[in-house]
Amino acid sequence: MSNDHTPVRRLMQGNEACALGAIYAGCRYFGGYPITPSTEIAEGMARMLPRFGGRFIQMEDEIASIASVIGASVAGVKAMTATSGPGYSLMQENIGYAFMAEVPCVIIDVQRGGPSTGLPTKVSQSDTMQARWGTHGDYYAIAVAPASVRECFEQTVKAFNFSERFRTPVTLLSDEVIGHMREMVNVPEPGQLEVFDRVRPDVPAEWYHHFEITPNLVSPMASFGEGYRYNITGLTHDQEGFPTANPVEIKNKMDKLKYKISRFADELIQLETEMMDDAVMCVFAYGIAARAARQAVAMAREKRVRVGLIRPITIWPFPDDRIRQLMEEARVKVALVTELNMGQMVNEVQRLVPRHCRVEQLNRYDGEILNPVEIFKRIMEVKP
Amino acid sequence: MTKAVQHSDVTHQYLRIKKRFPNVWCAGCGIGTVMGSIIRAVDFMEYKKDEVALVSGIGCSSRLPVYCDFNTLHTTHGRALAFATGVKIAKPNLKVIVITGDGDGLAIGGNHFIHACRRNIDITTILINNRIYGMTGGQFSPTTPWHANASTAPYGNMERAFDPAALAIAAGASYVARGTVYHVQQLDKLIIGGLQKRGFALIEAFSNCHTYYGRLNKEGDAVAMLNWMKDHALPVKAAAALPPEKREGKLLTGVLHDVEMAEYCDEYQKLVDRLQTKQEA
Repeated sequence: MSNDHTPVRRLMQGNEACALGAIYAGCRYFGGYPITPSTEIAEGMARMLPRFGGRFIQMEDEIASIASVIGASVAGVKAMTATSGPGYSLMQENIGYAFMAEVPCVIIDVQRGGPSTGLPTKVSQSDTMQARWGTHGDYYAIAVAPASVRECFEQTVKAFNFSERFRTPVTLLSDEVIGHMREMVNVPEPGQLEVFDRVRPDVPAEWYHHFEITPNLVSPMASFGEGYRYNITGLTHDQEGFPTANPVEIKNKMDKLKYKISRFADELIQLETEMMDDAVMCVFAYGIAARAARQAVAMAREKRVRVGLIRPITIWPFPDDRIRQLMEEARVKVALVTELNMGQMVNEVQRLVPRHCRVEQLNRYDGEILNPVEIFKRIMEVKP
Repeated sequence: MTKAVQHSDVTHQYLRIKKRFPNVWCAGCGIGTVMGSIIRAVDFMEYKKDEVALVSGIGCSSRLPVYCDFNTLHTTHGRALAFATGVKIAKPNLKVIVITGDGDGLAIGGNHFIHACRRNIDITTILINNRIYGMTGGQFSPTTPWHANASTAPYGNMERAFDPAALAIAAGASYVARGTVYHVQQLDKLIIGGLQKRGFALIEAFSNCHTYYGRLNKEGDAVAMLNWMKDHALPVKAAAALPPEKREGKLLTGVLHDVEMAEYCDEYQKLVDRLQTKQEA
């Protein structure tokens, strides 16, 4: 593991790339709890953080891990945790706290099979919906899904940028295969990737409201100990952070949580398409499933099937407008959604396709990854 | 201790008087007394308001920070110590005080409690023990005595109670004390002792919930419960001279445990210094 930002080109795991990406993004606090298949991220952070003057702590469980991460962020330090399905479930209440209290932080979920202890060493994409609806209540979530080791690095940096920009928790959905797969990565040099830091207040303390409703709906964030004394609570609160039961203040707060993300979704959407120009069929895939899908699409093109690939990298918020537009422009008649779960994202696609488009599925949930041949065969079966 | 603890309206300088009052607590509740003690202790230590972080969980006790003009973090049920650990490690120069209760700190937060003690991280924890869940309406807690009544123990509590102080000592805290909301001056001093300690400090503040505990157990109103504390508190030094039968049924108060041990943030700083010096060399 490199000790500084000197350029390196190295074979590394997805989990290592996440740790390096976090350091690059300025993360200086990690609180975590060991869980397969995410542990290499914690191990990397334990090695690197003290060298960068940061802090690593192994907490007593995942609940404490995310709580400490939120605490560190409130104290002004970019902070993250990494876990897998069972730990992600345990974290959900406090992730909800971070939504409500608008505390930036990053959670990396290296997915494995579930429910429950499930398949600790096997791949899955079954936390797709947990990343959107994991905690109770109404809120708008942000999640990114890298499909390569290089993307693990870049998307970890993005996850921090999004969380700091929008003052909200962001989940990076990795999985057992990407986490443990090794690929050659050119580690970006400092300055090569954008690093965004939270906006700090520029007003005197007596004018400062920690949850002020600003034009872009994201309030500047002062840290504890900087002279701005304020209250943070998970209770629904007014702009000063004090609990409220006033219906107008409650609605304003809830609208803020929604619109600060939905109105600025363009800043968040990352979507890749391949060979969609003349496509009458598309394969829709994200994360690890998209790698095999890409090759399957190429194989089908050789057989002169007019098929393309749609791959969202930001999966939440879901790129509604872009998908709708693509489907219509390309006059897609069949959309094949491939996922390593029993069908979670497929419903999102279903609600966006035009009437003349049929939605088909290919799912694996037996702990194995989808391979290109399987997807290719399915394309040939369902093509228009 | 070199100067006398001031009992004046010093507390008013530290409260969000214009914004947050009246408070949520029942008339006669002991939590307000504890709030006064915390503020006087902070004033005695001459901490700036900006360097104090008050972190709490959920429950009657955990509403306390909202009224105080410090950096205040009202978190989720049981997790105050875990949040506070992140705050303290990220900014070690903050004076981090955790406010918790017997349900918040010992039931749902019991795991965080013992591990914070074990780490010996420099957090002063004030556990307000009223032996019942007040906010949710009088259910039994981990400190409800055996056979006492509670709304979820209508035929008497079948579980044995935790002794929070003994638990903290066993788990590795470096300073453990117990006071009551009747013995206010002593409580002030115990909290000061906790703030002065470099390491994990627990101050158990024994308090009254006459609304639920008192009513369900026929212990009377707030005054009657305070009188019980007056009659049953036994300073730990006096107790040492007494035979065991005379200590029976008494509430031991004072500093129960006070040792010097390596503190977590200091140790981590040493590691950072060591690695960074090595890197430069």
